[in-house]
Amino acid sequence: MVSFSTVAKRYPGGKTALDGVSFALAAGELAFLTGRSGAGKSTLLKLIPAIERPTSGAVIVNGQNVGALKRGAIPYLRRNIGLVFQDQKLLYDRSVYDNVMLPLAFSGQPPQEAARRARAALDKVGLLGREKSNPIELSGGEQQRLAIARAVVNRPALLVADEPTANLDAESAAKVLDIFVAFNQVGVTVLIATHDLALVERYGRRVLHLEEGRLA
Amino acid sequence: MRAWLRQHAAAFRLAARRLLRATGLASALVIGIAVSLPAGGYALLESLRALAGRATLEPQISLFLRPEATRAEADSLGRALRADPRVGKVRFVPREEALKELAAVEGMSEVIASLGRNPLPDAFVVTTSEKSLEPLAADLARLPAVAQVQADSAWARRLGALERLGRLALVLLAALLGAGLVAVTFNTIRLQILTQREEIEVSKLIGATDAFIRRPFYYLGLLQGAAGGLFALVIVAVLLAALNNEVRPLADSYGSGFRFAFLSLSGACTVLALAGGLGWLGAHLSVSRHLRNIEPR
Repeated sequence: MVSFSTVAKRYPGGKTALDGVSFALAAGELAFLTGRSGAGKSTLLKLIPAIERPTSGAVIVNGQNVGALKRGAIPYLRRNIGLVFQDQKLLYDRSVYDNVMLPLAFSGQPPQEAARRARAALDKVGLLGREKSNPIELSGGEQQRLAIARAVVNRPALLVADEPTANLDAESAAKVLDIFVAFNQVGVTVLIATHDLALVERYGRRVLHLEEGRLA
Repeated sequence: MRAWLRQHAAAFRLAARRLLRATGLASALVIGIAVSLPAGGYALLESLRALAGRATLEPQISLFLRPEATRAEADSLGRALRADPRVGKVRFVPREEALKELAAVEGMSEVIASLGRNPLPDAFVVTTSEKSLEPLAADLARLPAVAQVQADSAWARRLGALERLGRLALVLLAALLGAGLVAVTFNTIRLQILTQREEIEVSKLIGATDAFIRRPFYYLGLLQGAAGGLFALVIVAVLLAALNNEVRPLADSYGSGFRFAFLSLSGACTVLALAGGLGWLGAHLSVSRHLRNIEPR
């Protein structure tokens, strides 16, 4: 599903974020990406939906070489990847429901189908009944779950989450991770970056550990 | 195809909602005021041209006969004129009729009464489609019984020159204000993009194409321009109605039914289409410049 081969990312100014990173994530796998802040976790995740391009090496997602993708092809790549961010990136000028509807607006679903999918996604993260609320009224954990609902509403084959539990208490964090596990159980490939090693150990899944831009 | 239409309809609705906000309407009103100047100028010019056209649709030449010329001489002159291929219509104005026409002008009847006799000669008024009147006028002056020839070429030329000048001034004004329209739209769209920066960034992150993101802005530019055009037409209609209120008694006193006419249907449609098109152009320039810079980090 995702494969990196000797991927390096250097930023202008000479800072090396990633160096010789190689790994493969099989379809249906769930893996954690760990490492201290500044180890390159976010950079690695940003290479997958082509938010950043590798300086060298190849990033293959779903059989496509992401680094060589034309600008116009990137939206279609991203529609097949559910992205969850540490800062959620929700839109606070609209309701919970409209936040989830956003990805459906440009994937061209008929209105009834779109509404059905939005409701289903909210149901899966336990936010059905909060559709009319503004995201600002939700707790931190609920906001993160809303971000997940938005990420999965187009039924992507791959979920990528950057520190989804960073700002959450232990209970909310566990709830959020359980949702990722539930999606993995129905066949979605999941990659989660986190620095919370205790949480990672509890799940006993594959761990990719980054240290100063290299996989340890 | 249905999905594509649905997306366009959604973008159109979104743009219409944004236009109906106070800032959108204010921008449309600014555009309307700017567009009303050339549109109104055009309406005035067209009305005046129609008025002038009635007077000198074709250049006219007046031939005044010698006072002692007889009716028989006049008749043979008339035949000679009708035989000339350069001459269009020929109208004979007998001296009695000319006097009557003169007497009808206010204040002249007492003057004429005091004269005691008719001082006016018989005359012919001929029209011609000749480009230059002077050679024809010179030829006509040589005909027997003709005392004087008066060609209105100078006045026709001046009127034509004035009209061309007015037209040029309007074109320059329209070009200038058209550029202003593009600039106003450019700025509205820039502000709209700035206020939606977050939404645009998130949309790009979750797979919106550039076309999808640009679409509502194009519609906003188009609608704002067209709304401005509509405002302009309303402004022109109101101003012309106000002018006509004053023109009516004046024109009536001259026995003329002249009124300033509103733009023709095709003229009004042209104003709307041009304003909408320029709005679209402003949106295009703004979107090309500002949207590319918004990339998720």
